[in-house]
Order: sequence, then structure tokens, then C-alpha cells
Amino acid sequence: MTASPEGAEQPAQSGLTHGIGAQALREGGSRARVEAHETCLEVRKLNLYYGAKRALNDIDLLIPTKQVTAFIGPSGCGKSTLLRCFNRMNDLIDDVRINGEVLLDGHNIYDRAINVAQLRRRIGMVFQKPNPFPKSVYENVAYGLRIQGVKSRRVLDKAVERALRGAALWEEVKDRVHDNALGLSGGQQQRLVIARAIAIEPEVLLLDEPASALDPISTLKIEELIYELKRDYTIVIVTHNMQQAARVSDYTAFMYMGDLIEFGETRTLFTTPRRKQTEDYITGRYG
Amino acid sequence: MALSNLPHHISQQFDKELEDIRSKVLAMGGLVEDHLQRVIEAFAKGDFEQAEYVAVNDYKVNALEVEIDSDCTEILLRRQPAAGDLRLVVAVSKTITDLERIGDEAEKIGRLILNVGNPTALRSYYVGMLAMGHHVRRMLRAALDAFARMDSQAALRVAQEDRDVDAETDVIMRHLITYMMEDPRSITPVLDAVLSLRALERIGDHAHNICENVIYLVEGKDVRHLALEQVKQELEASHAAEE
Repeated sequence: MTASPEGAEQPAQSGLTHGIGAQALREGGSRARVEAHETCLEVRKLNLYYGAKRALNDIDLLIPTKQVTAFIGPSGCGKSTLLRCFNRMNDLIDDVRINGEVLLDGHNIYDRAINVAQLRRRIGMVFQKPNPFPKSVYENVAYGLRIQGVKSRRVLDKAVERALRGAALWEEVKDRVHDNALGLSGGQQQRLVIARAIAIEPEVLLLDEPASALDPISTLKIEELIYELKRDYTIVIVTHNMQQAARVSDYTAFMYMGDLIEFGETRTLFTTPRRKQTEDYITGRYG
Repeated sequence: MALSNLPHHISQQFDKELEDIRSKVLAMGGLVEDHLQRVIEAFAKGDFEQAEYVAVNDYKVNALEVEIDSDCTEILLRRQPAAGDLRLVVAVSKTITDLERIGDEAEKIGRLILNVGNPTALRSYYVGMLAMGHHVRRMLRAALDAFARMDSQAALRVAQEDRDVDAETDVIMRHLITYMMEDPRSITPVLDAVLSLRALERIGDHAHNICENVIYLVEGKDVRHLALEQVKQELEASHAAEE
């Protein structure tokens, strides 16, 4: 099953004698939005096995550039596995076999010629639990740049401030950037980790349940941050919280038992899903 | 995604809440239909008591609207419904507005009948509206049936009848104008009859709206302001795609 954003293949409406205004508004609106996006990541016939167990089945998917794409589905459906495929985090797990392609700028990231460290520089990742290094706030954010060999204090200062502002954390920590990062609250630590990820200016941010360990206010701050970040980055988010997916994402993919069941514009998928499995899951009838 | 045969929610309380607003809409529909039936009888038989009953009992319809609306708000707040559930709450919320307006139109007809006061005059000016009144009442019942059975095809058929009602309105209007031309003293009561005619026609429009809500509920397609032929084509296309 190839899943491309819905609306892209809808036939053009023509020759209507009545109601063309409203129709054009509805159809043209969504079509124009879909067409406005380039493809950032293209997944082709991706299969993943944990040992003998197949965890992803023939996934075909286009991730649009500078949009938020959410993966939803019950536990064990493969959404985190798929997300981790995008920066080859699954390479670290023994016994994993992958076939199929994930194309970034037309190049398969599973190609032998690909430098994985370079790839992860372009595709950053944030996990469920914030994992700052036991260093200062400043050093956490500067870490990636130092590894890249940046030594100039002036360049680092600028980059750290820009990343912390980008992650909506600067105002809260500007007076204590040299304090230990572990002293920050959970929500602040999560935004610090996002700052660390964006300090090296990746193209894509993968967020794996970024707010599920946070309180409601910190969650809202992360969601607000996602709105801001999509101006500059392509964002792919895995979430168990369907309302969160509905709030923050432009496109949603519903997965079940390793299959991509349905992919489409979030507002379409949450109001008129095409597949019964999607309907059952998002209305709480699954189980 | 058709709504039929959905399994139960994990939360049975949620099932019950949705079932509650659905049955309350049907109860409200039944009440409004009863009021419409009574005003039709009032002008068919010169029965002013029926007209008065409707004129003073519209508050019951209004109270139901307020109650169901508040239920819908609560479901949105507590459940954040999605997909078919969301469409049900939205369709219910719109349908009760149409039902409440039908109630208002019936009340208006009741009051206009009471204005006439004299059974002979009432019968002569309103006789032409009898068939149309029954037609509109059948439409309302069929629209509510389509809602109860979540039948978008039936809803489309009912919606198509609204055109006939509009045509009937034109015919009756010309008939009423002849009274006024013949005898200027009839102008005041005939103008009242014209207002009643207009109210019946509006009831047809609201029944048509209810059908559109049913199509939205079942098919997920917003068909307001579209030509019926186009709606029909869209429904056929989407059903063909599902098969």
C-alpha cells in the first residue's frame, strides 16, 4: 500500500454549475497545501526484522519537508521502530535486519557509502526521557559543535544562545548556563535536549514520545515549541497521545502490527478516516 | 468510513453518552413533528385549540435544544471525540438547531392561525396548504428516520424533495395573491396565510438541512451549498471507491 498525502490524487473538479466556490475552497485548499510541500524522507518497501520476527511490513511513506508528521498506533505497532530507522538507531540493536530504502535527498541512508555519524548530524533525535549529559547547560548545547571541531568561544556562545532561544529555554536559563543541566526541571531538560539537537542545525528532528514523561504545562511548552520548530525543521513525532497528534501534526500515519494502515492530512484522518481500523483506534474502540 | 457496525468503545460510559444524545435528538424530533401535525390539523379542521397548544408549548422544544446542546458540550470536553464520534456530536448539535427552528415555525403558524379567528376564513385561505403541510411533515419524519438509521441514501432522497416543496410554494402563493386582488378586505388575513406558507417552506428547508447533517455524519462529506446532482455523484464515487 502506497500512502501519499490524501488529496494529492484527487481529480480536479471541473464543469460544476453550482456551489463551485465552496467546493473549490475545500478541495483546492487542501490540495494546494499538500503540493506546497517537498518530500524530505521517502520510505520505500521498508521491512525490519527483530530476529525472526517481522516488525515492519513493506512500509511506503513520504515525509513532507518542514511539516510535522505524527506516528500513532497501539504499543508494539512499530511506530518507534520506524522512527528509529530514519537515523539508523536500529543499527545499534543486535539481530536486526532491514531491507528496503529510506531516501534522504534521493540517497538511500542504508547505502554502504553513508557515514552514519554524518547522517545523525542531519537527522537529530529526542527521546521520551530527557537525557542531558551531566555537564553544564552550556556544555550540553555546545557538545555537538565541539565534536565538529568548533573552538571559537564567540561562535560557540552565539550558537548556544541561538539553540536555547530556538528551544524556548533561553529566558529561563540565561543566568545559569554554567550550572549543571541536571538541576533543571524535567520539562526544561527536555527542551535542553531539543536545544542540543538543533544546535548542530539538523534538517530533521525525530521526537520519540517527547512529552509523555512531562507534566501538562511542560507538555504544552513542548507542543508550542514544535509549532515554532517546524518553520526550520522537518519533524517526525511518535506519540501515544492522540489529542497531542491531532494538536501538533500536519500529517498523521496510523500503524498497526507493523503495517502502515493509513496516512493523510491530520484533520482528514481525525474526522473522516478511510479505514475501519483507524476509526476504531482513534475513537477508542480498539482492544 | 461508514459508521455501521462499529464495535463498542472501550469506555461503555462513552457509548451510553453518545446513545443518549442520539435518542434525545429523536425525542426532540418526535415532539417537533407532533407540533407540526397539530398546526396542520388546526388549519385543516379549523381547530383553534390545536393551534393554541402549539403556540404555548414551544418552550418544551427550546428546553430540549438547550439540554442536548449542553450534553454535546460536555462530551466534547470530557471525551475529545474523533472521527465518527466527533461527526455525531457535530451533526447532533446542528440538527437540534434545525429542529428548534422548525419548532419556531410551527409556533408561528399556530399564532397566525389564532389571528384569523374565524374557521370559514381559515379553511378558505389555508386549504391550498394542506397537501404541502403533509408533504413537509413526511419530509421531516423521513429526515429523522434517515438520522436514526444513519442512512445517507435515504437522506439524499428526502433532500431532493425540497425542490418540490419550493415549487408548491410558488403555486400556492399565486393562488393567495388572487384573493388579495379580488377583495382588498382579505389582504390582512391572506398576508397571514402567506406568512404561514413561508413558514412551511422554511420547515422544508430545515428538513433538507437535517438530511445534509446525516450525510456528513455517515459519509464525512460536507455537502452544504452543493447541487444535489453533485452530492449524488460524490456519494456514488465514494461508495465505488470503498468497494
